[in-house]
Order: sequence, then C-alpha cells, then structure tokens
Amino acid sequence: MKRTPTVGEILQAKGVSRRGFLKYCATTASILALPPTMIPRIAEAIESARRPSVIWLSFQECTGCTESLTRSATPTVEGLIFDAISLDYHHTLQAAAGDQAEAARHAAMEENNGDYLVLVDGSIPLANPGFSTIAGISNVDMLRETVAGAKAVVAIGSCAAFGGIPGADPNPTGAVAVSELVTDKPVMNVPGCPPIPIVMTAVLAHFLTFGELPALDKHGRPLAFYGTTIHDRCYRRPFYEQGRFAETFDDEGAKAGWCLYKLGCKGPITYNACATTKWNSGTSFPIEAGHPCLGCSEPDFWDKGGFYEPLSTGNFDSGAKLAGAAAVGAALGAVAATAGRRRQAKYTKEG
Amino acid sequence: MDLLEFARGPALQWAAYILVAGTIWRIFGIVLLKEKADFSEPRARGGLGAALKVIYTRSFTANPFKKATLYPKMLAYVQHLGLFAVVLLFVPHIMFFEGFLGFSWPGLPNSVIYVLGVAAVAASIALLVRRLTSPVLKLISNFDDYFSWFVTVLPLVTGLLIPVRPGFIRYEDLLAIHILSVAVLMVWFPFGKLGHAFLVFITRGTTGMVFERRGAKT
Repeated sequence: MKRTPTVGEILQAKGVSRRGFLKYCATTASILALPPTMIPRIAEAIESARRPSVIWLSFQECTGCTESLTRSATPTVEGLIFDAISLDYHHTLQAAAGDQAEAARHAAMEENNGDYLVLVDGSIPLANPGFSTIAGISNVDMLRETVAGAKAVVAIGSCAAFGGIPGADPNPTGAVAVSELVTDKPVMNVPGCPPIPIVMTAVLAHFLTFGELPALDKHGRPLAFYGTTIHDRCYRRPFYEQGRFAETFDDEGAKAGWCLYKLGCKGPITYNACATTKWNSGTSFPIEAGHPCLGCSEPDFWDKGGFYEPLSTGNFDSGAKLAGAAAVGAALGAVAATAGRRRQAKYTKEG
Repeated sequence: MDLLEFARGPALQWAAYILVAGTIWRIFGIVLLKEKADFSEPRARGGLGAALKVIYTRSFTANPFKKATLYPKMLAYVQHLGLFAVVLLFVPHIMFFEGFLGFSWPGLPNSVIYVLGVAAVAASIALLVRRLTSPVLKLISNFDDYFSWFVTVLPLVTGLLIPVRPGFIRYEDLLAIHILSVAVLMVWFPFGKLGHAFLVFITRGTTGMVFERRGAKT
C-alpha cells in the first residue's frame, strides 16, 4: 500500500529549507499570539502530520477568496503548506468535473470520515434552492451532506461567514451564512472580502498543531487576527489624533497621507489584521494605498451606510421628516399656548 | 441590526424628531401666550436692543454678588465652554452635523478636546458636590436637576472613554453606548431644565424689554 507522505516530507521535496520552515513556524506562533515555546510543537505537528483532507465548497461567491489564496506571493512557505494539505475537492481548482468531481468528494468523505475539514466560501440561498446548484445538487443539500462527517467547518470570506454581498438588502436569494445552517460542528469564520491568505493558512496550522480551532470572538473569528481594529493598528492613527484629515482623494491632506476618517474609513469599527500582516507579501493594505477601509470583515458591511460617509454621520434621512417633526412641535405649541391664554383670561377675570 | 446600527439609525433618528418637535413646542407654547397688560406709562420703547443688552449683561454676575458666586460661576463657565468645544469643535462631531446641515467649520485637535472634555466632567462633578452639600441648593433641587446632570455628563464620560479603549468593552459597543447616551440627552433636552439652553435667550430678552419699558436699570 502506498504510504501517504507527511507535510514535512512534501515541503522537503519542494525544496523548503529547515531554516525557512522554522521561520514560518515562528511567524505562525507569533501571529497566533502563542508563546515561543510553542514553535517546536508547531514544527513537529506540521512536519509529522499526514496531509489533512480538505473539502472546499464554493456557493454564492465571486471566487475572490480562492484568488486571494492562490495569488498569495509564491512560492511562500505558507503557500506550500497549503499545497501540502490534501485539497480533495475544489471545483474552481480541480481538473475533474461533473460526476468525477462529485465522486472525489464522496471518496474523500468516506476515507476521512470524522477527520476532514470543510472550507466554505460563498453564502447559501434558501429562498429557492435552485438559485445555486453544483452538479444538480443545491448548495444547502451539498453543505448538509458534506459537513455530516466533518471534524470542523471554516467559513472563508464574508459571504460564507455572514451572508456577504448576496445577503445584502434586499437579499433576493434568501442568502444565509454557514453558521446559520451548521450548528452541530465547530464553525470558524474567516471573513474578509477576501480574507488575508496567511490568516487562512495560519488557522489551518493551528488546527494541525492542536487538533482544534483557535480562540474565537463573538462573531466566530479567530481572535489572533480579529482581536484589534484596523484603526488601532493604523499607521495614519497619529493624524486622527492631531485632527489632520484628507478631505478629498486628491487634496494636500491625501497627498501627505493624513487620516481617511472624513472619507468614510470604517477602520475604527473593523476587526482584521490588514494593518499588521498587510497584503501582497507585506507590501501594503488599502489605507496605505490611499483608500478608506470598507469594513469588509464585519457582518453586513454592505448595508452599514455609504462607504464614503464618515462613521460619525447619522444613518437617518433628516430633511423632510425633521420638518414634519418641527410642524408637529409648532402645532403642539399652539395648542399649549391656546390653553394657556384661556387660563390667563380666567385668572384676569377672577383677579 | 447590531447595537451601533440601531444607535446611528433609529435611535438617533427618533431622538432628533423628539428634540426638534419638543423644542419648537416649548418655544411656541411660551411665545404665543398673551402678553401681560402693562398699565405703567412706558419710560422707553423696550425694543430688541434692550433684549440683546440683557442677554449679554446677564452672562456676568452683578458686582455685589461677584465674590460670593465666583466659585460656582467659574465652574459653570468651564462646564459650559467645555461642552461647547466638545460638542461643536470635535471633528467627528462636526462631520455628524455636516451630514444634515450640509456645511462644516474648522475643529480643534483631539488632544485639546480631550483636555476640555475632562475639565467639563470635573467641573460638573464639582457642581454636583456643591449641590449635594449646600443645604439651600439641596432643598430647591429636584429630580429634574439630578437627571439633567446625569444625561449631560453621561455622553461626556462615554465619549472620553472611547479613545481610552477600556479592555472590558469593544470599541463599536462603546461608540454605540455613547451615541445612545446622546440620544437620551436629545430626548430629555426640551422637556427638563436643560431647556434653558434655548429658553435662556427668550427669558433674558423678555426681561430686558419689560425692564427697560418700566425704566428699571438693566
């Protein structure tokens, strides 16, 4: 019988040096806020682990999450680590299609029953199961069937984690998040539009090392990456404190790199690691490129008011309704004054 | 809808309706009352000039009372000027007003606002202590005084906590509580003693006009 190679053997075969591998383990321990004593354990766990079976389901999504993962600068160690998992089903990346692809999914589920991971990107339509199908199987049926034997489920991207853009008002497909359908398995959300590649690989490294999901916040996100706001880690933060803001995208403030709060930055209410891990091999992140944070890793970010409206702006239609309130006030005042005049007349007469 | 969305949306919206309707209700209810008959012979016209003069002169204490009222007066100035700066000169607040007024004005650096905000809270606490320890003030104080103090100080405290980032609460929850505390203030504003913010001009103006007509020194 053919022996399944370990992750360590695969990395060695791909030319990853011992130094490079340990550097990755140290980085992973650091970003997961684990003590340095955990580095050898991570290294040992990843090296000796058999390739874990991963089934990746793509539902109502744009493939941006897969793009993010596959376009991470290659060949990084984290990219190779992801290569080293047994990605048994991913209908964007796999060569097989139709019945063959479905057979691969079923085979992976049977061979690794109770041990495989299910990664999901995209939301699931409930208004009409026919809105989104794969091989004639509705998304909701495929999800239920696949997670039945899974060890854990990871919702990749904001659509799978919170419903995302398909779930935005008026949510025509009745899109729901994975966590609304999967209640009997551990579910971790890795939101973002798309999520940061190293966040995806680091949580998998954590899973390989400890056999469980990392500590999560109230939205089911790993605290190591979603524990602080973009605003708290933003390099433009001093300008916020000094009251120096870019007013438009091309004014002197924007050129000087001042705070983007007035241009609608949602950094103060957005929990993500963009400001620390950054994108494109640590090159930059959206704010560094001159655009406000959209808050894409937060639930319902699409429906939280205008992207370019400052956070401190009230979300209410003011004009006509406020005028109506003023008219009501004037009418009440007139009634009160009339009653007052009657009382005045009465006292004058009696007086 | 999370707490912040509720605070920024329906809570603020209804608070604004109540604030506008309540304020106009109170002003109309007073302005439309029948003027009391004045049987004395007018010594002067008692026009707008007299009203503006008293609105200004009553901002300062009359000479005989200056020494006795120096302490509460200074506290009141610190509290009111601090509140003015925090509400109207903090850049995120200016953006809030710009959202529905359509225009803005220059603000102060956050650090200056924090100092003024802390000074306003300290002055408010000192004024409350004075109210609680002075037998006369205690006797004439009622629920309105204490509740008005509470709803004024609460937004200041919650707002000042936001940059501190206390570990026990998340930023967006604290921001939501801050906005909700402002909504409570807006709802109470026209109906309690906080109404002096707009009624003060009517009462001082009316006093000025009546006094001048009767020949009293203003």
